[in-house]
Amino acid sequence: MSAAAPLTEEIQARYEKIKREAEEGGYHLNPDQAFTMNLVRGLLVNEQRYGYPSCPCRISFGKREEDLDIICPCDYRDPDLDEFNACYCALYVSDAILKKELSVGSIPERRPPRSERKAVLAGSSGRLTDMALPFPVWRCRVCGYLCARDTPPLVCPVCKATKDRFERFI
Amino acid sequence: MNQMKMEHVPGKARGKITLYALSTCGWCAKTKELLRELGVDHFYVFVDLLPPEELEEAIREVEKFNPAGSFPTLVINEGTRVIIGFREQEIREALG
Repeated sequence: MSAAAPLTEEIQARYEKIKREAEEGGYHLNPDQAFTMNLVRGLLVNEQRYGYPSCPCRISFGKREEDLDIICPCDYRDPDLDEFNACYCALYVSDAILKKELSVGSIPERRPPRSERKAVLAGSSGRLTDMALPFPVWRCRVCGYLCARDTPPLVCPVCKATKDRFERFI
Repeated sequence: MNQMKMEHVPGKARGKITLYALSTCGWCAKTKELLRELGVDHFYVFVDLLPPEELEEAIREVEKFNPAGSFPTLVINEGTRVIIGFREQEIREALG
């Protein structure tokens, strides 16, 4: 927690990167510039503190394996965009919000409470039974990208989530 | 057990108001600003800035009022009323 606060230039540079990657993937950042820059600052702060950019609106204990679902972009972004037109922290917003047809608001937390999360970590996630496939199929938990290969890619080609965000799908 | 350190913002008496927030969160910042604008006496704590040994205790406290353990959580009069998230209208009605 002693790390220096992120510099304005660092925040700006990261903002540009996130925005570029979002637009390439068909996503949009919140057009409220001051609000969004503050969230990007939060991501950088968390990256310094914990070693990964966890959601600025969620608490972290600094254990990556317990926080995989809330590393930005989080596992809940897409369902929240579909249902509420914004992700939980409102870094990402829907087309309708970008076009100002709707306004952004605080939305309910979709992430299960701690007690349920521990149960999920301990058990295995549901998957289809093994079929006679020449390769296993891996699913990106952030954007749903599927690929058939021996191991997941280092980085999701669609949403840039890291390898450890993939789950065995088939 | 030592009491976690809360910041006190003096103002109009509207009961005991405690805001559990994260220093990195946009909605928490908006909630904090709103309390200031309303000018009500309140306490707040940035849970993410607490030392690790106090973090668990703080989150348990939040979970007591809000099982999801999410932020911001605004606790009025020891839980008589709990407002989760930046619900501007609701906060204005409860404290305005």
